[in-house]
Amino acid sequence: MTTNTTPAQDRLAASASPAARTAAGRQKREIRLFSRLSSISLMVWSVIILGPLIWVFLSSFKSPEEIFSSPWTLPAKLRWDNWGRAWNTAHIGTYMINSVIVVAISTVGTMLLGSMAAYVLARYKFFGNRFIYYLFVSGLAFPVFLALVPLFFVVRDLGLLGTKTGLILVYISYSLPFTVFFLSAFFKTLPTSVAEAAMIDGAGHVKLFFRVMMPMAKSGLISVGIFNVIGQWAQYLLPVYLVPGGYEKNWVLTQGIAEISTQAGFKSDWGALFAAITIAILPMILIYAVMQRQIQAGLTAGAVK
Amino acid sequence: MRHGKYPFVAGFLFLPVLLYVTFVIYPTLRTFYISMTAWRGFSVAPKWIGFDNYKQLFDDDRFWQAITHHLELLVALPLITIAVALFFAFLLNVGGGSKGGVRTGVWGSKFYRVVFFLPQVLAIAIVGVMFQTVYRPDNTGLVNGVLTKLGFDPVALLVNKNTALWAIMFVAIWQAIGFYVVLFSAGMSSIPAEIYEAAELDGATRASLFFRVTLPLLWDTIQVAWVYLGIAAFDFFALINVLAQDGGYGGPDGATTTLATELYYAASKSKLGYASAIGVVLFFLTLTFAALTLRVTKRETIEY
Repeated sequence: MTTNTTPAQDRLAASASPAARTAAGRQKREIRLFSRLSSISLMVWSVIILGPLIWVFLSSFKSPEEIFSSPWTLPAKLRWDNWGRAWNTAHIGTYMINSVIVVAISTVGTMLLGSMAAYVLARYKFFGNRFIYYLFVSGLAFPVFLALVPLFFVVRDLGLLGTKTGLILVYISYSLPFTVFFLSAFFKTLPTSVAEAAMIDGAGHVKLFFRVMMPMAKSGLISVGIFNVIGQWAQYLLPVYLVPGGYEKNWVLTQGIAEISTQAGFKSDWGALFAAITIAILPMILIYAVMQRQIQAGLTAGAVK
Repeated sequence: MRHGKYPFVAGFLFLPVLLYVTFVIYPTLRTFYISMTAWRGFSVAPKWIGFDNYKQLFDDDRFWQAITHHLELLVALPLITIAVALFFAFLLNVGGGSKGGVRTGVWGSKFYRVVFFLPQVLAIAIVGVMFQTVYRPDNTGLVNGVLTKLGFDPVALLVNKNTALWAIMFVAIWQAIGFYVVLFSAGMSSIPAEIYEAAELDGATRASLFFRVTLPLLWDTIQVAWVYLGIAAFDFFALINVLAQDGGYGGPDGATTTLATELYYAASKSKLGYASAIGVVLFFLTLTFAALTLRVTKRETIEY
């Protein structure tokens, strides 16, 4: 707990005027009280954030007796068999792999298709340009719920119900509005001189896009990429609707975890439930630990714009 | 530059537009039509019934229950989240006084920022399942473990009708605050230090620094935050689906239901016209809210 005095306050305190001196004194007292209260509030919120995460992690190693006795007892030993049951019996392994496959393909697809559309809309003049642009951007105003009922039948009629392909195509489609909106603003800011030079050197439109423009837009692409990975990884509503019961082998992690928590059989196997939650959370925490700066920038990029 | 432009433009737009129209635009527009029909889905064509679904909806007590919850969420969720996030962002950026002319946060600012933002990277449904175990009504839950240790009786937060919605809202706040701390921090770091210096010279306390300097200069960001959180309040679904005591249908007794939950319930009962009508109402409410907020909270932008 340090009291910081600014040069300004020092000057104030040194000045002879008694009024200024009491003002400085009041400021100092106020600062001391303030920093004490603020440290406490920050620590309390940190505990509220980390407490449940640490508790779930520790509980994933506990035996049923330890779970039922009190939430405070530490596990006597590391019971990895809880994790094994979660991974195999509760199929968390399958759901995890499905989530990784779906998010990996749909993010790459979103970035490729999104930047292609954004680039053309940002830098080429043609009839209907504005119409298509606003068609994409209007998607930012539609809640997913608005399309939900007919979407189910579109996916079913294409024979994609309960498939990873269906989920991937739908994820890409619903990620396009933000991706196009963000990237077309980004492509507009890139200098035209570089593009012209490349054209004079004989580069075609396609080559110009992949060899010159994409590398120049790297920072924007990374931000939107992170935004899409985290958004699609967290998606719950769409998989619940489009990969319903009966297609369990294609379930993603979020719906799998939600299902396990309500399954009657698993109510008694709480050790495995805790392990399942931990397995679902841990990879994201590790990725966040490694690249927290880029993730914070990517997720808030849309709001700052 | 000109040659081959149109084939190129068409080639680059074809796939994105095709996917977008098939999976977003077409179903979105079709919802308006379906909402005017009686339709149970399979084989039989939708039957036109005009506004009957809407009439039925406005006569439904559950609908008004859901609207009430949206209003509660609409006020409480942004208010609490923004107030707490502003307070923390102020501490982390400005609270430490100034060193060498640069405003600094209190000790440990970097650590707190990383920790507070962490829940943001977790999937909300998984966070919901985690809080299901935290809120468990006997002393195996984290909350009641603490309470019984301190000598209180255990509470059944999700079972009690008066606390269920608040318990669920807390989870949303738990996840959201870090995002807004980072967002507000970005805004605060662009406020020049001289403004604070000048205010401090005039004997301004920390509180008046916050209310007279930080808050007015951050108004635009706060407005954005309010719209975001308001839209989140309308889209409230995953947490209720995971945490509501009756298997995700807004229980107990509709005490936590929202429009999205009602839509989900209607769709699961194959009342597709009715479900679509809920979707349309939700859309117009969200749009009205966003437009109103931007209009009502409009202020002169302060240049600095």
